[in-house]
Amino acid sequence: MPLDSFQQSALAEVTFTINGQSRSLRLDTRTTLLDALREHLHLTGSKKGCDHGQCGACTVIVAGRRINACLTLAVMHDGDAITTIEGLGTPERLHRLQSAFVTHDGFQCGYCTPGQICSAVAMLDEIAAGIPSHVTDDLTAPVQHTDSELRERMSGNICRCAAYPNIIAAIRDVVENGREVAETTA
Amino acid sequence: MKPFTFERAATPEQAVAALACNPGARLIAGGTNLLDLMKLEIETPTHLIDVNHIGLDNIADTADGGLRIGALVRNTDCAANPRVRRDYPVLCRAIVAGASGQLRNKATTGGNLMQRTRCPYFYDGDLPCNKRNPGSGCSAQDGYSRNHAVLGASDLCMCAFPGDMSVALRLLDAEIELMRADGSRRRIAIADFHLTPGEVLPVREFAQERGELITAVILPPAPVGRQFYRKVRNRASYAFALVSVAALIDADGSGRIALGGIGTKPWRSAAGDAAIPQGAAAVAKALFADARPTAQNRYKLTLAERTISAVLAAAKPT
Repeated sequence: MPLDSFQQSALAEVTFTINGQSRSLRLDTRTTLLDALREHLHLTGSKKGCDHGQCGACTVIVAGRRINACLTLAVMHDGDAITTIEGLGTPERLHRLQSAFVTHDGFQCGYCTPGQICSAVAMLDEIAAGIPSHVTDDLTAPVQHTDSELRERMSGNICRCAAYPNIIAAIRDVVENGREVAETTA
Repeated sequence: MKPFTFERAATPEQAVAALACNPGARLIAGGTNLLDLMKLEIETPTHLIDVNHIGLDNIADTADGGLRIGALVRNTDCAANPRVRRDYPVLCRAIVAGASGQLRNKATTGGNLMQRTRCPYFYDGDLPCNKRNPGSGCSAQDGYSRNHAVLGASDLCMCAFPGDMSVALRLLDAEIELMRADGSRRRIAIADFHLTPGEVLPVREFAQERGELITAVILPPAPVGRQFYRKVRNRASYAFALVSVAALIDADGSGRIALGGIGTKPWRSAAGDAAIPQGAAAVAKALFADARPTAQNRYKLTLAERTISAVLAAAKPT
């Protein structure tokens, strides 16, 4: 095949705020947000599991909302504020949910854990905002933190080690004992 | 993924103008379905127009007491809207029965209407599929068809429509507002928006013309009666429907139902609705009079009858 028949890749500039820091990149337009984080910014906490939005390992928080970083393009997030697991806590100062995952053994291999924790942080905000779920009985009353609510709302995060009971225990711990966020040193 | 150029539109008019002057262009909103298909090179746009910043993200009351849902309203926000929860609970229930929290935060009202099938042959670029490669054949006819449609299928295609939201919108007789390239708008009933495959290639899925942008979904005033959405799937959460039933049941036992999982589009049947007072068996008999099940998906006829039965039981005055 002659070289000139290859399609040229297109480049685009993107600037976003990652964990409080402004970052600018020049990227192939095809780059997903997940690949931008992992391969270009070397923030490898967010994991690539299925790369099709089915496993939740890539979950990050964009403008306060959890999304699958694998199913969105980096160039679509110009100007956005993004929080990854690296922005939630540090090994010295863990986020409350991170320490609860440690306390309750909310993982085995740990691969899905950054996605689980980012998802859980934003999920608790969704409950606080009164967003209903599939298992919410009364659509007009405040949402309760039942185990079935927590499980249903975390169904977009698959754990192949099946640490689910301990993941729910960790989230429940934070629900019942306060969810104040340790300040990061960044 | 094939290379593409990218632009961000600032207004709906700008988006349709950009679409008109670029034959290889596609609009991208939530992108959760389009990017999935682009990674598999089932979708290969050469240009993407980002419509996430063109507005159309409000839910507002209409003059007649209905509701206008902007095309860019996220699934999460639509389900959480107080009027949707109070007056159109079937829509709220259908949305939260679909996908995951992460996906619903991204997915939009307009994009969800245009969700593509999850037929494994549509997703496998090495196998015949009339939807993906017109004229190549339909691998599902004698293949794996457990999840496929029993209503609306033809020799060309037997894909089930995968969505939940659209089933509720079909029950509610929503209208879809579209903007043409010149900025003018038209409305189309949701009944006419999703297409059955028919007997002529290519297999068209949606009634909107090339170059049109969905701008809003318009709901008529809240209907009288109780609303239900019941979904049956292979696991308790985060799975497509084998069968789903959206229902509106009046105090006198009459009503209407729309079904997901069993048809090539969100399904309604006037004969089925007329049989509601006679019970689920009568509804199923009327509904499936023209069904063409395979050995693998015949179970959907029984499952749908039982799901309708469960809904009618829940609707009985206590």
